Amino acid sequence: MTTQKTDPDIVVIGGGNAALCAATTAAEAGARVRILEAAPKPYRGGNSRHTRNFRCMHEGPLGPLTDSYSEEEYLADLMKVTGGKTDEHLARMAIRSSEECLPWMQEHGVRFQPSLSGTLSLSRTNAFFLGGGKSLVNAYYRTAEALGVEVCYEAPVTHLQVEDTHVTEVVYSHQGTEHRVSPKSVIVASGGFQADTDWLARAWGPAAKNFLIRGTPYNRGVVLKDLLDQGVEQVGDPTQCHAVAIDGRAPKFDGGIVTRLDCVPFSIVVNKHAQRFYDEGEDVWPKRYAIWGRLVANQPDQVGFVIIDAKSLELFMPSVFPPIKADTLGELAQKLDLPPKQLGATVEAFNVACGDTSGFHPTELDGVATSGLEPPKTNWARPITEPPFYGYTLRTGVTFTYLGLKVDENAQCTVGNRAVQNLWAAGETMAGSILGQGYLAGFGMTIGTVFGRIAGREAAKHAN
Amino acid sequence: MQIDLIHEARRQAEICNACRYCEGYCSVFPSLHRERAFSDGDITHLANLCHNCRGCYYACQYTAPHEFDLNLPKALAEVRQDSWKAHAWPNGFGTLFDRSGVAIAAALVLGFALIFALAQTLRPESGEGFYAYMSHGLMVAIFAPAFLLPLAALAVSLRRYWQSVGGGMLTLADFWSAIRSAGRMKNLEGGHGDGCNFEDEDRFTHARRHFHQATLYGFLLCFAATSAGTILHYGFGIEAPYGLFSLPKLLGVPGGLLLCLGTAGLGWLKTKADPNLGAPSAWGGEMAFVCLLFLVSATGLALYAVTGTGAVPVLFPLHLGAVLAFFLLTPYSKMAHGFYRLLSLAMEAKRARQADKV
Repeated sequence: MTTQKTDPDIVVIGGGNAALCAATTAAEAGARVRILEAAPKPYRGGNSRHTRNFRCMHEGPLGPLTDSYSEEEYLADLMKVTGGKTDEHLARMAIRSSEECLPWMQEHGVRFQPSLSGTLSLSRTNAFFLGGGKSLVNAYYRTAEALGVEVCYEAPVTHLQVEDTHVTEVVYSHQGTEHRVSPKSVIVASGGFQADTDWLARAWGPAAKNFLIRGTPYNRGVVLKDLLDQGVEQVGDPTQCHAVAIDGRAPKFDGGIVTRLDCVPFSIVVNKHAQRFYDEGEDVWPKRYAIWGRLVANQPDQVGFVIIDAKSLELFMPSVFPPIKADTLGELAQKLDLPPKQLGATVEAFNVACGDTSGFHPTELDGVATSGLEPPKTNWARPITEPPFYGYTLRTGVTFTYLGLKVDENAQCTVGNRAVQNLWAAGETMAGSILGQGYLAGFGMTIGTVFGRIAGREAAKHAN
Repeated sequence: MQIDLIHEARRQAEICNACRYCEGYCSVFPSLHRERAFSDGDITHLANLCHNCRGCYYACQYTAPHEFDLNLPKALAEVRQDSWKAHAWPNGFGTLFDRSGVAIAAALVLGFALIFALAQTLRPESGEGFYAYMSHGLMVAIFAPAFLLPLAALAVSLRRYWQSVGGGMLTLADFWSAIRSAGRMKNLEGGHGDGCNFEDEDRFTHARRHFHQATLYGFLLCFAATSAGTILHYGFGIEAPYGLFSLPKLLGVPGGLLLCLGTAGLGWLKTKADPNLGAPSAWGGEMAFVCLLFLVSATGLALYAVTGTGAVPVLFPLHLGAVLAFFLLTPYSKMAHGFYRLLSLAMEAKRARQADKV
């Protein structure tokens, strides 16, 4: 598999969705491609391993997708979550290309399934991978290897030598030795830096040490930092990332999808002083889950506590760890290490502010709101009265960071104002070129697929 | 049943239920996602519903070295194997599952020796074909109880199983759904129709599905051939040996060929597949069972091929000995899986039907 006798035409750094789309596209254009994946084989695929769907524009029913999802609606959804901090030109390009990507993905072995139970609201916009992201990654490796792409696992890249507007050398270690290659083209698709918690702490302050890293432990931003240090143009703010509020008992790294908690809309969420801090019922959860990571990050000790009662327990997807259960609020406070008196007072104030709950509807904005409470709860506000009571701790779970390489519409990197002649970037490592803040479910895979294919095409054109 | 095996399967099922990425692969996941908590009976039901296609293992982001250490095909295979042991009747016979390989070999030797000895000592004075070696009456005296008694034991086992998974009444539609599913091995199609993972890690192929089909339909054809022979004998007074264009031969020869091909294929695939994705302790017994079925079909065909030659006195007891071993061990070998599987598929049809109603 890894003969490494001759230098490849193209080196792809990284082994996730974007890297594989790039490698496959380049190999189909006739280039000799080598993938350098830092992770060992069981962990190959970066954060793609944890993904589950692909947000896709479509004019009419397409594959598993129902109805239609227009460019304008897609863009509007994106603008809403990013608060307008989006490069509209690149975003439109990604959105428009997404439609032709879906059949391409199928041709290259990816299989889809209907929207998962519990996620019906996404059946029109997001195409779910059968088996999830790891099955997509498996299929792409099979396809790439059949095309002659050479794959090296446990091959972390330590340095790219940038001279003027050229990458002249790629340095990596593999099987205990250092290798230096000088390919014609280089594609960087090695993700963000979120697994380097020191870097996160430099950006966020010590609070970042309390974050959980929901994604792969292998995205440490080594190549990203190396390139930025050599003047390759960067984009994005180092504090911006895709961060969601997850179960506080999740593993430090790599917890993935199962660590999510969908109960916030039916709860009150308090900080360690047992005080509420945000409207839990602002919108349906798929539209709000991505802001709660930052909300929790801004609370003392970067922790939150979800409190629900018996009548809400079965309204959300089961959690991977069972909730903390108690017969009284006082006992629950004790178990969660919250001040019992204050929790009692907070719940009491909330309960009093709840009004008519007869219009309660768990899957729609029902307008069942509090009155005279600050912050308000604007939907699904039902008093917390029915024992047993349940609680979860919430922590900030970072999936990927947005600080990255700035690319143009050809996925090409720049140094100063000039293009780096043989360097392209795809996936999370350049997602900051499009996403300024916020996150839209399934958009990371759209960026990776669209820009991976572009990078592969351009890199092959250059190499040939 | 072994509570630690159920605990481990439940631990894994709860993680799966929070993920749900594998929903489309097979019947196990929609069934699992219907529940929020899993009783021992639920876990046993899921275990018997699992066809060990392994799609979920290779797609799983939480397999070792991840700390969640998921291996659902293995966890369910262990519970499945244990459920057959626990429900086996008479009590105590379930341990035969643990020694399936040895049991099959021993039964085979004894069966061969018995038939050989009987054929030598009680050789009829007249008779045609095989009946020249053993009278029809003696064959019936041996094989009727050897066939019916194990089936009765199996029926008791299945009844116990049915109670443990919360059985209840089934409709004809539930049975029909189970038969259709098993008939095309729907659960080895992978949801996308590309087949299952087995012999080459995450590559999807139809190899296992097709070899299993050959085995299943080959077996059913052979069974039909025997039944046709019985009907011809008792109903129409037409006795063996039958010509090539008779019903028993028209069913039996293709059936035997299919069974040979299917079992050879399944055995070969088994040598390629990762044993740690099933119940490792059951591997030997399963392999022995596949070999036994191959032996039954191969000796059956060979016996037909050597009709009238000097090889018959050896092949004849070998074939009947293998059939005897196969019959006797039906409730305590891999053969039992077909019955449990059909019940679990019917049960699943029922559960899905009831969930739809709500």
